[in-house]
Parts: sequence; C-alpha cells; structure tokens
Amino acid sequence: MADEYGRKWDRCLADTALKTVTGLGVGIVFSVLLFKRRTWPVSLGSGFGLGMGYANCQHDFRSPYLIHGHMVKVNQIQYTVLCRPA
Amino acid sequence: MLRVCLRGANATARRNCGRTPLTNLQHCRHYTAGETSGGAAKVVAAGLVTVGGGIGGAILYAKWDHKFRAAVEKNVPYSDWLLGLALGPASQDGGFPVKTQMEIAQPPSMMEKQMKTSKAKPEKKVKEAAESPAKETGPVPAQPAQSLEEASAEATHIISAISEVPSVPAPCDTEAAAVKEECKETAAVQPDTESPAAAEPIKERPVEEVAARLAQQDQEEQDIVASISASLEESLASSAKATLQAIGAQEAALQAITRHTHKLKEAMEAEVSPQEKSAQWKDLEAALADRTGAVDDAGAALLKANEALDSLKSVIDKSKGLKASAVRPLVLAAEENLHNMVVDLDKVVTKVQSAESEAKIVSQYSELVNEAKQQFQREVSSLTPEIQANWKGLTGKLSVDDLNALIAHAHRRIDQLNRELAEQRVREQIHIDAALEQQKLEDQKALEKAVNTSLQHFKEEARLEQERKLSELREVMEAEMRTQLRRQAAAHTDHVQDVLKVQDQELRAEAEQVLSSKMLEQETCYRQLSQEQLDNFTLDMNTAYARLKGMEEAIDSHVVAEEQARKAHQLWLSVEALSYTLKTADADSPTVPLESAAQVVRDSCGDSDFALALASALPEQSLQRGVYSEASLRARFNSLRSLVRRVALIDESHNSLYQYFLSYLQAVLLFEAKQEAPPAHLSSEDLDPFKLLSYASYCLEHGDLELAAKLVNQLRGEARRVVEDWLTEARLTLETRQVISLLSAYANAVGLGTTQAP
Repeated sequence: MADEYGRKWDRCLADTALKTVTGLGVGIVFSVLLFKRRTWPVSLGSGFGLGMGYANCQHDFRSPYLIHGHMVKVNQIQYTVLCRPA
Repeated sequence: MLRVCLRGANATARRNCGRTPLTNLQHCRHYTAGETSGGAAKVVAAGLVTVGGGIGGAILYAKWDHKFRAAVEKNVPYSDWLLGLALGPASQDGGFPVKTQMEIAQPPSMMEKQMKTSKAKPEKKVKEAAESPAKETGPVPAQPAQSLEEASAEATHIISAISEVPSVPAPCDTEAAAVKEECKETAAVQPDTESPAAAEPIKERPVEEVAARLAQQDQEEQDIVASISASLEESLASSAKATLQAIGAQEAALQAITRHTHKLKEAMEAEVSPQEKSAQWKDLEAALADRTGAVDDAGAALLKANEALDSLKSVIDKSKGLKASAVRPLVLAAEENLHNMVVDLDKVVTKVQSAESEAKIVSQYSELVNEAKQQFQREVSSLTPEIQANWKGLTGKLSVDDLNALIAHAHRRIDQLNRELAEQRVREQIHIDAALEQQKLEDQKALEKAVNTSLQHFKEEARLEQERKLSELREVMEAEMRTQLRRQAAAHTDHVQDVLKVQDQELRAEAEQVLSSKMLEQETCYRQLSQEQLDNFTLDMNTAYARLKGMEEAIDSHVVAEEQARKAHQLWLSVEALSYTLKTADADSPTVPLESAAQVVRDSCGDSDFALALASALPEQSLQRGVYSEASLRARFNSLRSLVRRVALIDESHNSLYQYFLSYLQAVLLFEAKQEAPPAHLSSEDLDPFKLLSYASYCLEHGDLELAAKLVNQLRGEARRVVEDWLTEARLTLETRQVISLLSAYANAVGLGTTQAP
C-alpha cells in the first residue's frame, strides 16, 4: 500500500493545484468583470480553489478505503490498476 | 511531534521528582537533649526500690508458706534457684514419718486387744488378727505354744465368722472360699514367715506337709505336756511330802504342847508326894524340852512346806504361762492339791497356835504359882533362916517362937492375902473388863486372820471352780469346732469335685477346638500349595506362549517398519525438494510456485494425517504464486521505512492535512537509531513507530523475520495501512517456511524413528 500513499499524494496535489488555478482564473475574471480590478476576488477565488483542494485532499486521505474509479473509454485501452481495498 | 516533545518533557519531569526531601526529618530529633536528668534518676531509683521490695517480700512469704513457694517455683522460671539460694531446699518430707509411725503403732495395739479379748469379733478383724500375730511371731524365736494359741485364736475367729453364716454347703463354700482367699492374701503378704505359727488351717498346703506339721505339733504338745506334767508331779510330790511332814511335825508339836500343858496342870494342881513331884517336874521339863523341840521342828517343817508350796505355785504359774491346752487339767489338779495342802497346813497351824496360847496361859499360871511359892519361901527363909526349903518335912525342929513367928507371919500373910483378895475382888470387874478387852482384841485379831485365811481359801476355791468350768467349756467348744471343720471340709471336697468336673469339660472342649482348627489350617495349607503349583505351571505356559507371540509380532513389525522406513525416506526426499524450491527466489521476484513440490509431498506422505494436514496447510498464494525471499522483503522494508516515518503521526481517525504536515515535519526533524536491539518485553514506550521501525530493522538485519513482522504488526493507523502489503508478504513467507520446516522435522523424525540400529 505504499504506492497508494504516493498516488494519493499525487492526485491530491494535482487536484489542489488545479482547483487553485481555476479559482484564481475565476477570481481574475470576476475581478476584471465585476469588481473593478480589485485584488480581493482574485485572492478569494484562489482561496476558494485552495480550500476546496485542501478539503478534497483531506477527505481523500480520511477515507482510505474509498475506491477511485477511472473511466475507461472504449477506444483507449488503458490498463489501470484497480485500488485494492487493503 | 508536539506530543513527542510533551512526552519527553513529562518523562524528564517524572525522573526529577523521584528525590523526596528526606533531609527535613533529621533535624527534628535533637531537640530534647538533657532537660529531665534529675527526674529520670528519681524514677529509676523508685523503680529499683519497688522491685527489690517485691522480691524480698516474695522470698519471705515463700519461707512461711510452702504452697506459695511451690506456686512461684512452678510459674517463674529461675525462682527455684533463687529461693533455694535464699531459703535452702524446700522441705517436703515433714509429714511422712509421722504417718508411718502412726501406722506402725496401730497393729501392735490391735494385736494386744486381740490377745486379751475372747471370741466374738466382727469379720473384718480376721485379716488384722491373722496379719498381726503372723507379723509379731515371725521375728520372735519359736514359741510353739504361743503360736498355737494364736492359731487357735485365729481358728476360733474364723469359726465364729463362719458360724454367723447359715450352714448350707453352697453359701458356706463361697464364704469359706472368700475367707480363705482373704487369708490366703494376708498369708501371701508374708511369704517368708515360716514360723511354726503358720499352722493356719486355711492355707493350701500338700497333705503330707500338713500331716507332718500336725504330727510335729502334736509331738511338741505331747512333749510339753509330758515335761509339764513331770515337773508338776515332781513339785507336787515334793510339796506333798513337805506338807505332810509339816503337818506331822505340827501334830507332833501339838501333841507335845498338850502333853506339856497337861503335865504342867498336873504338876500345878495335883498334890502328890515330893518324889513324885520331882519326878513330875522332871517329866515336865522333859515335856517342855520335847515341846520346844517339837515346836522348832514344826516351825522348820512349816518353812520347808511353805517353800515347797511356793515352788509348786511357781511351777504351776510357769506351766500356766506355757498355755498348753492338754496341760490344763493337770494344772487344775495341781492347783487343787496345792490349795488343799495350804488349807490343811493352815488348819494345823491354827490348832497349834490355839494349843500354844492355852499352854501359854497354863505356863503363866504355873509361873505365877512358882513365883508365889518362891516368894513365900523367901519370906519364910527370911523369917527363919535356918529353916530349909523343904519345910513341909520339918517337924519338931522349930521352937514356939519360930512357930509363933511363923503363925504370925502366916496370919499377916493371910491378912495381906485377904486384903489383896478384897482388892482383887474390887478390881475384879475392871480386870475382867480389861481382860475381856484384851481378849476381844485378840479374838478380833484371830477372827480377822481366820476370816482372811478363809476368804483366801474361798477365793482360791472359786477360782479353781472357774478354771474347771472354763476348761470344760473349752472342751465343748473344741468339739464343736471340730464338727464345723469337718463339715467345712466335706463342703470343700464337694465344691472341688464340681469345679474339677466343669474344668475337665472346658479343657476337653478347648482341646477339641484346637485340634479342629489345626486340622483346618493344615488342609488349607495343602490346598494352597497345590493351587500354587498349578498357578506356576499356568504362568510358565502363558509366558512361553506370549514369548512366541512376541517373536512373531517382532518379525511382522520388522517388515512393517521397513516399509515405513522406505516411505519415510520418500517423504523426506520430497520435503527436501520442497525446501529447495524456497531457495529459488530472486532478488525481487517470488519463487516458483510450490504447487508441484507440494503435490509430490502430498503423494509421498501416504497415510500420515499429520503430514497430509501440513501439506494442505500451505497457503494458496505460495502454491500459486510462490513466496518472496527474505532478502527482498528486507529491501522492501528499507524503502517502506521512510514512508512509515512520514505518516507516523497519523492514527486511525485519519486526521487533517495539517496532521500530515506535522507528521512530515516530525519525520524530518526526528532522528532515531537505524537499528536497535529490541528488548525482551515491550513496554508502552516501545510502541512508538520510530522505535518499532528501528527494532524491526535490527531484527531483519539479524535475520529474524518473525520478530520483525511481530514488531511491524504493532504499528497503528496510517503507518499500519502503509506496511500492510509488506506484512502480508512477510506472513506468507513465514507461514510457508514454518510448514516446510515442520514437514522436514516430521520427515526427519519419521526417518529417525524407522531407522534400525545395527
């Protein structure tokens, strides 16, 4: 299960980064569009994103027996390793 | 990590708090140094005085009261030594000598009583009477008569005791037997007193001895009787002779006295011629001489007779003192004789005395007459000196003057005599009175003497009568006793016969019983022996058969054992092959699947359930996939270690990401030993993940996979999840290895078991 730990962390970080950036982007958009280029929506958006990623990460770590499914497209043959419940 | 720091702080704090302030207490003691020294001395002195006074008082009281002393000695350990030192040994013998003296004083007094009193006595005193006379006469030198009297006294006691019981044979027997036993006991008490007094008719002696004793006793009695009778006769004869002599002498004296008196009277009164007168006077003198001689003879004879009588009396007393019963009539006769003789002698003596008194009177009268005659003669001669004495023959020689003078003298004399006569007549009465008085006195004296003598004689007669009656009574009693004894003897013989019969029967029955029991014993013995023989034979047969069977079995088992050995060898080979497959593991890939080898093992183990069970206990994974080697596990562990360190702080509740961050920080900052030897007992401190990891790595480095797995098993939380895989693999490997080692051990054991020693 050591690998799972690593994988989790990868997922987690990737997700957090994504969310943060997304939040940042949404914040920028809102700041530009609605809030007269103030900084606070940016930080708010990034904060939202960071927080959501953090929460997801925590949730993921707290429920170790939850299996993450991967969607397998029929066209792409992806050999995914199923998470075995430990 | 915060917790770790807190934990470390707590530990250090706990270690520091161990040293408690002991130094405070030591200061408190030295305050009361020497404040009450004077008071203590006073108290000590008072205590010593009290104790000394108590001890002294106890010693003094113990001296006075012995019971207290005994109690103290018993209860207080060394007090007897102290009291002995102070007072001397305790006097314990004070009371005993007094008691023994009293006891000793009692039997002699009892014995005296017995000797003095006569027959009617209570039954209890039979013992004492039997005992004390036996005691007393034991040391006394043989006085057979005395002992005989005691024996007879005893016998009379017994007879008197028995006569109180009704004379029916059966009760009499028991009574007699009881008394006999009592007497036997008392007789047995003094077994050594073989005095002749032991002629107790109650002691069981052999007949010859009894007869001998009785004969001896009779002989002795007869001897005594003979001697006594001889002595008595002798003394009787001598005394009789003496008495007769005395009586004869007294009679002769009496005769002489009377003759003399008669002659004197004659001489006084008869007026005869002078020649005859002188012849008369000569006769008178001769008679007087006779009389004195006879009186002297009589006196001497009387003395002799008295002596003889005294000796006879002494002999009689002595013979009475000897107390032989057969002697009594002799003694009685002798006494009677003595009495008679004494009486006769006294009579004769009185006769002689009366004659003597008469003679005295006559002699006095004659003296008076002679005196008067002489007086007259003197007067006449004084008047007429020439006239001679024989004046009656004078005729014519006298002158008238002489005659006148004579006549005048005669007249004067006659006047004088008349005057005297008158005076005498006057004084007659007085003289008569005086004479009467004198006579009365003399009569009284004589009367008294006569009365005394007659009283003595009567007393003597009465005593003799009493003695005679006593002897008669005694004879009667003896006869009665003899009859009773005869009766008792008859009863005794009857009883003895009965007892003998009963005893005979009893003994016969006993003998028969003994005989039958012995016969039974012998029979059972014989049977036992024969049975034993049979048993032994059977036993031998059985053993032989068993041995035969054993040999057959041994041969069979040999065959079986060889077969088993072959099978065991096969098993062993297959197990060896299986264990070899374990070694085929590479660095990271597992071994080949063990299925085939396991199958071989299964085939070769045959019917051994144990081996089959073991063979089927191999885990599926190992059969299908194979197991990892220890080296690969070790390598994996090392890589796992860092991961475990990173999540060490995360527990089952899967804390927040912040915890994760802290855990990571802790892993970075905390340094633990790479390898640490695990202790024998894990305490709660050792359950720290870092510590566990270092223990586990140590174990792994030293090849102890099992202990490493155990230690890793102690991880909790996320760390546990991380090492789960590794743990499973480790378990698998361990399981497989265990099974294979068991199988090989089993195979070895079987092989060893079936190996036959040369």
